[in-house]
Amino acid sequence: MIAVAPTSDRFLEVAPLQLRDWFIGLLPQSLRWITSGLITVVAILAVFGLLFAYLTLAERKILGRVQNRPGPNRTGWFGLLQPFADGVKALTKEDVVPRDADQVLHYLAPVVLVALSLLGFAVLPFGRHLVPVELDAAVLYFFAAGAATELAVFMAGWASRNKYSLLAAMRALAQLISYELPLLLSFVPVVMLAGTLSTTEIVTAQGGWTGGWIPHWYVLTPWGFAGFVIFMIAALAESNRSPFDLPEAESELIAGHLTEYSGFKYALFFMAEYFGMCALSGMAVTLFLGGWQAPCAWLEFIPSYAWFAGKLLVLLLGFMWIRATLPRLRMDQLTRLAWKFLVPLALINLGTAAFWSLTAGWTGPLQLVRWAVALALVVTPFVVMGRRLTAGVAPRTYRYAAS
Amino acid sequence: MSVSDLTPLSAPGGSTVRAVHDEFHGDLLEVSMGPHHPSTHGVFRMIVTLDGETIVKLKPVFGYLHRNHEKLGENTTYLASMPYTDRLDYLNSMTNNWAYAVAVEKLAGLAVPERAEYVRVILAELTRLLNHSCLAGFLMQDCGCSGTPLMYAFREREKILDLFESLSGSRMMCNYQRFGGCRVDPSADWLAGAQRLTDGYGAFLDEFEALLTGNEILMARTQGVGRLSSALAISAGVTGPALRATGVAHDLRKVDGYGVYPRFDFRVPLGDHGDTYDRYMIRILEMRESLKILSQALAGLPGGPIMDPKAKLRGFRPKAGEAYGRIEGPKGEIGFYLISDGSANPYRYRVRPPSFINLTILEDMCLGRTVADAVIILGSVDIVLGEVDR
Amino acid sequence: MLGTGLIKGLAVTAKNLVGSYHDPARYTTLEYPEVKPKLPEAYRNFPFLVTENATDPMGTLRCVACQICEKECPPQCIYIEKSKDKKPDAAGKPQIYPAVFAIDTSVCMSCQICVEVCPFDAIKMDQEYEIATTDRFGALLLNREQLAKPNSYYHQIHPTEAVEVDARLAEERRAAEEKAKAAAAAKSAPKSAAPAPKPPAAPSAEAPKPPPAA
Repeated sequence: MIAVAPTSDRFLEVAPLQLRDWFIGLLPQSLRWITSGLITVVAILAVFGLLFAYLTLAERKILGRVQNRPGPNRTGWFGLLQPFADGVKALTKEDVVPRDADQVLHYLAPVVLVALSLLGFAVLPFGRHLVPVELDAAVLYFFAAGAATELAVFMAGWASRNKYSLLAAMRALAQLISYELPLLLSFVPVVMLAGTLSTTEIVTAQGGWTGGWIPHWYVLTPWGFAGFVIFMIAALAESNRSPFDLPEAESELIAGHLTEYSGFKYALFFMAEYFGMCALSGMAVTLFLGGWQAPCAWLEFIPSYAWFAGKLLVLLLGFMWIRATLPRLRMDQLTRLAWKFLVPLALINLGTAAFWSLTAGWTGPLQLVRWAVALALVVTPFVVMGRRLTAGVAPRTYRYAAS
Repeated sequence: MSVSDLTPLSAPGGSTVRAVHDEFHGDLLEVSMGPHHPSTHGVFRMIVTLDGETIVKLKPVFGYLHRNHEKLGENTTYLASMPYTDRLDYLNSMTNNWAYAVAVEKLAGLAVPERAEYVRVILAELTRLLNHSCLAGFLMQDCGCSGTPLMYAFREREKILDLFESLSGSRMMCNYQRFGGCRVDPSADWLAGAQRLTDGYGAFLDEFEALLTGNEILMARTQGVGRLSSALAISAGVTGPALRATGVAHDLRKVDGYGVYPRFDFRVPLGDHGDTYDRYMIRILEMRESLKILSQALAGLPGGPIMDPKAKLRGFRPKAGEAYGRIEGPKGEIGFYLISDGSANPYRYRVRPPSFINLTILEDMCLGRTVADAVIILGSVDIVLGEVDR
Repeated sequence: MLGTGLIKGLAVTAKNLVGSYHDPARYTTLEYPEVKPKLPEAYRNFPFLVTENATDPMGTLRCVACQICEKECPPQCIYIEKSKDKKPDAAGKPQIYPAVFAIDTSVCMSCQICVEVCPFDAIKMDQEYEIATTDRFGALLLNREQLAKPNSYYHQIHPTEAVEVDARLAEERRAAEEKAKAAAAAKSAPKSAAPAPKPPAAPSAEAPKPPPAA
């Protein structure tokens, strides 16, 4: 089965596919199917591999700039060769394996982690015609593959035979169980309203503009915005990023599950972290930010994959910005946030989405009522449950000694 | 008795709550945190016994940085000990110098000119700003901020260190105070620089507080964590911001009124909970009070000599006797106890290190909390291993 | 409302991120090997020995090997051997000189106490800080040839302080010469109660050092 590039679209939209088709055309019939698949895999590995390399640089640069320092700027022009220098260093470092570690699991953990974190990319619609695999249950597949990565983290922690790693492994599992639920619940409204589990169709459902200016992205509806925020918080936790970087928790557990890893295995963990971050951000773009759709009608001349990349980078920048700012949560607070705040909010959000869906026909002044009710359904639980969540935690006023 | 029945304060210090091997509950985990650990502020080591992640026993181990400081003091002249005091609490060399100078001046009966007293107050308050900024930054680092608050604190600390460098010649190891005054008279340029810093520091504190004080994550992490009761704090000899966070109004600047502090108008902030958040906030508020003292001291700085003309640099031999000099250092009461037998070296030289004494209540604050809490409780105690191990 | 504190914090970091591109107060890094920090005049790191004359450093050392700094040095990093003979100093007066003067900079803690106690203004603090070597023992043990630097260099690194020191030394030398003249006159006169001339350049130990201007 080979998807053939459609010819009805603008040149830039179909150029990558036409290039692939031209190349496949040179091969004998028996090799075409496998080559087509391999080309997709290689393209994803190359693009996201490079993105990973430059994201590490961007993260260090942004963190540096936030902290009033330049960040890496010695290797190449503006430090642009830094990722490659890091790669060479990681490759040439000694690979230390603890004597008492489980040799097989210790070796497998980073490999499994990277492999699993790459799976998610298969179903992301990167552009109008750029979907590696068209699956009817693409969303389910994506989250099933994503959930498995945490098991590799546990594997690493357990196999290292290190007490810090063990604690990190336990934390990783608790975090997985807690955050899988809000992550899944937060996109159920999207599936409800789009009426499909296929990522391409979800993006198509968000197409079109009101007056050519306001896109029909789900994030611009009350329930969509709430779902997006819940999704992003859960995505932060799923990809073990600050402020939910508890398994790694540098100041508490040294490096958590990475404590006993060195050299390129360590680099693989990082690669997997960034792949996970990219995949989840890509999914957020697909589910809530209109995927590859342009924000206004007249901007459609820019190819769809460029819009996808732009939205993805903005979200990744947000990840870095949050990392540069926030302190880390404690384990019990992390789980409390998930179970007592995000899960109920996501459930209520289901109701909000249902209301939104049922009132789709309301027009005129009823449109305002629709918005007001939906906003109230989003904001009220947030405020009420936020207050309950932070009960007993408040800024304090201080007294002074009588002198 | 389960671990959850145990409140941190009622826990008997040092006792094991349950056996490490327990058929019913499973084994406890013993983790040796440190001396190579990112958050032990040097080469400190905590042997923690964990039930899950809850601490049921914590044994501090220190001495990795022991340098024989007190014995060295007995084997060198009075003056030669002065640069060694820089290296006690290496963030606060100016206040260490001052406390040692106070002790020797008491011993030798030296008077200090008024100008020197003012300069000492200015430098001590700058040191307090420096120490508290760094502490807040390190505490946030322990909380898991990726270095941002620490870098902001270091940015401001740099400005204070620049002032120290242009006055004393060294950024951290100032070796500035002398018996009977100060080594160098600050120039008008220097004083103008100090004034500029004082004027600008409030804006930094505002920014720092906007970044952190109201941050929900920080409040959740620190409020109610590492509670210390005032009774325990007093009986353990805790001093400084850690003591005032428990609500005890004990600030040597008010209690002893040493130097020219009674002339300045400033307040002593007090906490009501004695938890980590209080210890952090007391330091922030103290910095704001320090700024008040600084602007008053810079405005009222009198002229005159900076050294007592009777003070001797070479051949300094105080008459036989003993003296204890103490001041309110940024970390608490820093004191030096000296016995002189009339020779050029002290017969006995003893330091009262606030870091070390404040550290003794670490287990009481950590019991029943998690590993993540232990790290920030240790951070909020504010220790420097150079002073703990001496 | 939950989240306001977080958003405030995010605003602060965003301000710093943007500020680092246009506000020098928010971009404080000096890129070291290319941009060197401007050292304050008071900056000190390791001691050096002052010589009067750049062309004959060993002949014009101000040091008279009195060994006070050796005794007062807290970490005991100075080692001095007195010479057996005397050589004329810059003023022409015969003086003992250090046959060996060594400072172990791996031990020295840059406290400046040797400078403060020196009655002859012979040892001062240097500002040379790029002194890393690959030889841990030999290269860090400096002998008198490596330590000696001319007075003009001292003027260069501590201008204010050096001018004061020079003026004081000149004054003392003049006073000593006058005293010597008076003593000579007194000696030629029969049996007067003229006091023996004191050694020349010994400022009162009690007097505080001149302030090196900040």
